[in-house]
Amino acid sequence: MVYVFPNPLRAMTQGVLPDLAPQSTSKGRGAGLPPLLLGDEAVALAAVHAGAAAAYGYPGTPSTEILETVIRHADEVGITAHWCANEKTAYEQALGASMVGARVMVSMKHVGLNVAMDPFVNSALVNIHGGLVVVVADDPGMHSSQNEQDSRVLADFARIPCLEPATQQEAYDMTRAAFALSERFHVPVMVRLVTRLCHGRAEVVASPPDPRGDVHKFGDARDWTLLPGNARRLWQALLEAQPAVAEWVEASPWVKVDGDAGRTLVLTTGIARNHLEEVLPEVTDPVVHLHVGAYPAPEFTLRRLSRLVDRILVLEEGYPFLEGRIRGVLPTPVPVEGKLSGHVPLAGELTPDAVRQALGLTLPPQLTSGLQLPMRPPQLCKGCPHGDAFAAVRMVLSDLDTDAVIAGDIGCYTLGALPPHGTLESCVCMGASIGMAKGASDAGARPALAVIGDSTFLHSGVTPLIDAVAHDTDMTVLILDNGTVAMTGQQPTALDRSRLEPVIRGLGVDPEHLHVIRTHPKKVDELAEIIRREVLHPGLSVIVAARECLEALRHEKKAAKQTEGGAS
Amino acid sequence: MKLDVVLCGVGGQGVLTLAALLAEAGRREGLTVKQGEVHGMSQRGGAVIANLRMARGPVGSDLITRGSAEMILSLEPVEALRWLGYLATDGVVVTSASPVRNIPDYPQMDDVMAALHGLPRAVVVDADPLAREAGSGHANNVVLLGAASGLLPIPEETLRGCVADFFQAKGEKVVELNVRAFELGASAAAAPAA
Repeated sequence: MVYVFPNPLRAMTQGVLPDLAPQSTSKGRGAGLPPLLLGDEAVALAAVHAGAAAAYGYPGTPSTEILETVIRHADEVGITAHWCANEKTAYEQALGASMVGARVMVSMKHVGLNVAMDPFVNSALVNIHGGLVVVVADDPGMHSSQNEQDSRVLADFARIPCLEPATQQEAYDMTRAAFALSERFHVPVMVRLVTRLCHGRAEVVASPPDPRGDVHKFGDARDWTLLPGNARRLWQALLEAQPAVAEWVEASPWVKVDGDAGRTLVLTTGIARNHLEEVLPEVTDPVVHLHVGAYPAPEFTLRRLSRLVDRILVLEEGYPFLEGRIRGVLPTPVPVEGKLSGHVPLAGELTPDAVRQALGLTLPPQLTSGLQLPMRPPQLCKGCPHGDAFAAVRMVLSDLDTDAVIAGDIGCYTLGALPPHGTLESCVCMGASIGMAKGASDAGARPALAVIGDSTFLHSGVTPLIDAVAHDTDMTVLILDNGTVAMTGQQPTALDRSRLEPVIRGLGVDPEHLHVIRTHPKKVDELAEIIRREVLHPGLSVIVAARECLEALRHEKKAAKQTEGGAS
Repeated sequence: MKLDVVLCGVGGQGVLTLAALLAEAGRREGLTVKQGEVHGMSQRGGAVIANLRMARGPVGSDLITRGSAEMILSLEPVEALRWLGYLATDGVVVTSASPVRNIPDYPQMDDVMAALHGLPRAVVVDADPLAREAGSGHANNVVLLGAASGLLPIPEETLRGCVADFFQAKGEKVVELNVRAFELGASAAAAPAA
């Protein structure tokens, strides 16, 4: 899960929660305007105002700023908020807080929910009394992700309600509402965000905060102990609660119909509504517009409206989730157009351009430069220690007359797959490098290398390393320890770097083949020599190459200067 | 009235600061603002684009429709050309002339300049030397804001006020430097093309 620098601009338009500073911190003529908040910041503010006692998560674009914002204000507002080892541990901590009746938020990016899937799905069965809100940020278009999976599908899979905001204001309002909804139906509630909402700013007006509830256990241990006998009863109860949830959705302010005359029913979900609003003034035939901001899908309203029209167009960001629900397998009484029919692109982000075309409007003419412009992909920072590590790996492998396998992982160093490094050969999910290198080695590939960062190792690399220790697999793990979660903006790693070596040693890695070295740009040869030796060792080796992230050092220096001098 | 501005450049050049300054100025003039930001992967020396949408009245989409932006405001000449498809045919490109050559196949500068000057409306400003003249090589984003100021439906005074307020916390010297950068940009854009 990955990526992001903190926004350097917080001082001007945000950075102070509105309950602490009721108006914009803008000076002069800007004073008095409501704060211009990121969708992520609006969610954070809502959790604080809902009286959440705790907030957990793991950094991942585009969700990072949610917990980052809560953490920044944790002391002022008296909330426990911190980063966790991974999304699963974060979710379980949230569940524990909910178990004792506290309101709690857990936030992550979409692929992070895969990591938390086990507690997530099972938590739908337990008897929630302290509102548990799981905020998941999807990344349609894959700006900073490996896939564009749609979390609404997973809320449906777990049989829990999902709220999908279309604006930063709704991100605030829905997150507030989600806590109460969770307590009303005794289930976790998902708030589904997408990149453009997370990382877009708009004015947000806050409502009066809720008081913080008391902490005490509710009900019966059998409602939290998913032994088969209990689980069967709780599953039945969850299924029986569905009609009441559906009724709530139908009556909620998040399901809204506009217009009653028109032969086309346009369904929007989430920010697709904004694209429709953009385009609608140019659409000449009147349309009936149903916006769905809450799930399970409002089937009653859908059926009622479909009888009034000749055609249904579905505009949604992500998978054809609603469209699939309407369409099914058998022919529908009215044609349904959307991603499945090819009227809207199935892959990538939904854009106002795609919405124009789906509504039969042409695009305005476009200028072109006539030049073939080169791509400008992201790059490692100048002097980044990862670059030296890749140079060392290349030095070793160019000397060996074998076809090495170099499994990569997720972080800044994934850029090692691109020129000029061209070193890594895979990037699948957090921690996969170690398991994949082991599998490749088991299948006969030599040498097999895994390259993984310190935070990713603690997130999901420890357990596959246990497998490699158990079988003394002939492979080499290179841990690039820069002491921080760099890609998402220098969050602290779960454990201080001094505790990394004891963890690895404790797993049973042979101390003879465990090296922790400080690297230096002038000592790439030394690192290469150790890699060479260990690659040739016919068993498991782990090399920790430690050197601080330059960006983190820069931040530290700046912070130190500010404390010293007061102004910078 | 709507004002869609594509802000672009290379990660690390200060595109987000530029977006925040312009958004704040719009707010002070009573406009509704939707300000997109780019975080993550693409920020590291890669191509960066941010959508800034302003209107008197509600703003719909979070994204700018192709062929409809009033302005491309770019901190790098190749990046200005990269997003041309978003510009309305009567829109204007305001760009720095100073290249960031962090890629091996950077095009010939003559070709880039010819493409820019071939556009219906383009203002090309030698931003880096002006930023240094103002006192900091980092101020080229504020130089560009100055260069755009005469072409925006936002009073210059409001824009300058936002620059001053934004840097207030960093002390009077930093404020002066940036206001100077803004003014150098404004006069460079107003001067007849050489």
